[in-house]
Amino acid sequence: MAGMFRGMADTPEIGLGRQHDGGAGIAVSDLKGWFLREVLPLEAALMQFLRRSGRSKSEIDDLCQDVYVRIFEAAQKQLPQPVRPFVFTVARNLLIDRIRKDQIVPIETVAELDMLDVAFEGPGPDRTVMAREELRRLQAALDLLPERCREAVVMRKVEGLSRREIAQRMGIAEFTVNAHLTHGVRALADMVYGDPAQLRRKT
Amino acid sequence: MSNPEQAPTDGESIRASAAEWLIKRRDCETWNADDEAALNAWLDQSPAHSIAFWRLEDVWSKADRLSALRRPMRETPVARARSAMPRFLVAAALVAMVVAGAGTYAVIPHSQAYETPLGGREILTLRDGSQIELNTSTSLRISDRADRREIWLDRGEAYFDVRHDPRRPFVVIAGNHRVIDLGTKFVMRRDPERLEVAVVEGDVRLNRDGADQRGASAVLRAGEIATATASTLSVTTRSNAVLSEELGWRRGVLIFRHTTLAEAVAQFNRYNQHKLSIADAATARLRLGGTFPTANVEGFADAAKEILGLRVTRHEDETIISR
Repeated sequence: MAGMFRGMADTPEIGLGRQHDGGAGIAVSDLKGWFLREVLPLEAALMQFLRRSGRSKSEIDDLCQDVYVRIFEAAQKQLPQPVRPFVFTVARNLLIDRIRKDQIVPIETVAELDMLDVAFEGPGPDRTVMAREELRRLQAALDLLPERCREAVVMRKVEGLSRREIAQRMGIAEFTVNAHLTHGVRALADMVYGDPAQLRRKT
Repeated sequence: MSNPEQAPTDGESIRASAAEWLIKRRDCETWNADDEAALNAWLDQSPAHSIAFWRLEDVWSKADRLSALRRPMRETPVARARSAMPRFLVAAALVAMVVAGAGTYAVIPHSQAYETPLGGREILTLRDGSQIELNTSTSLRISDRADRREIWLDRGEAYFDVRHDPRRPFVVIAGNHRVIDLGTKFVMRRDPERLEVAVVEGDVRLNRDGADQRGASAVLRAGEIATATASTLSVTTRSNAVLSEELGWRRGVLIFRHTTLAEAVAQFNRYNQHKLSIADAATARLRLGGTFPTANVEGFADAAKEILGLRVTRHEDETIISR
């Protein structure tokens, strides 16, 4: 199963910039919808897979980003189908690349990589459940934000206050409101997409 | 300050930038066409940028549904109605909102003189919708007449967003220089030695009145910055993205993108009497992003405290940031 995609992560570098305007490829606007619908919901499983490699948080974030970029580039030519095994094959190949670059290869790491194939077989996301779950997950994620940050996000997103109103209510400057919202959106995305374990822990 | 040409490529930096862009675009009233262009340029740089942005945009949009949980008591605030409105209406509503809001905004009824204090900033709206944004320590006079619009920039810096009307020329007079709008957004800074004109959009004509018959005239295009002294005129070109970033602080803010505290503090110290210092090297290496008013040293220190969880100790002539 994994074998049939092997090597696909090594798609030649396509200079992104203007290339996709050239007609033959898939429009970026279509790619965006596809990416949000098909790839992003796999982030939790992908992160779980990457975490098992025992690498640092920042390395895993970088890897996740690299996986997305490879998928994006491949999808510009043709949307991979089915998506899930493709995503994990790309992730797996990138991990192998990293391990090779590290040069010192703990023997069990390679063995574990083969065992990680199990992750390919997991059930795909069920969209109706996802939609129903989303609000609950967001709410749970919101509760986990640092207090001041959560206050700002609630005022903005739940109460619909403007930045200025939030600044006044919290007694902070408008640019500090920005900082809270910036932190907030990142934390929400990480929790909603990337780390369901963190949500479960507290809810 | 971060240079777009050397955009960082690690995941952390990209996600941090994406979040800053997103919040700026979705939640800041000041977002304009230049910001949009700069954002598009950033997104075009790499698929990693696009993906990071989409990912956050998606969750932020979904978070709007959290409003289902809002208390029923509050009336619908203006800001909420924005997303449903077409762009031009948004602009109109924003203008209406700011006019109705703080006293820093005003519609100009007739000829008048305006002045901002040190650290001040003010947006003036002419009857035709043209806007003039005054930076710190700026004074100018406006004559908004039926046949022509004339502004005398006596001192300081102002950003002009002009509704072009060939029948009512828009002219800014700065000493012996005249800048004539040809359909534009531009910024002018005048200090005793020199005049700087940077064109953000469209064209302007820059004329020098020569008392000795040695007048000069030049058309400046978008992205061009002219620096004129009593006897010289030079023109340089900047890319749009760089220009609009630079215009950030030209209009009184410092823009940081995943910038180290050390660098941010150095920037502030260039502009303010009251100095900031950092207690140790580890703290200096922490990074933060955001747009901060140039003069608001205290506000920046508070933000560092809030965002990075640091300690801020104020002394008479300096503020120390530590863990």
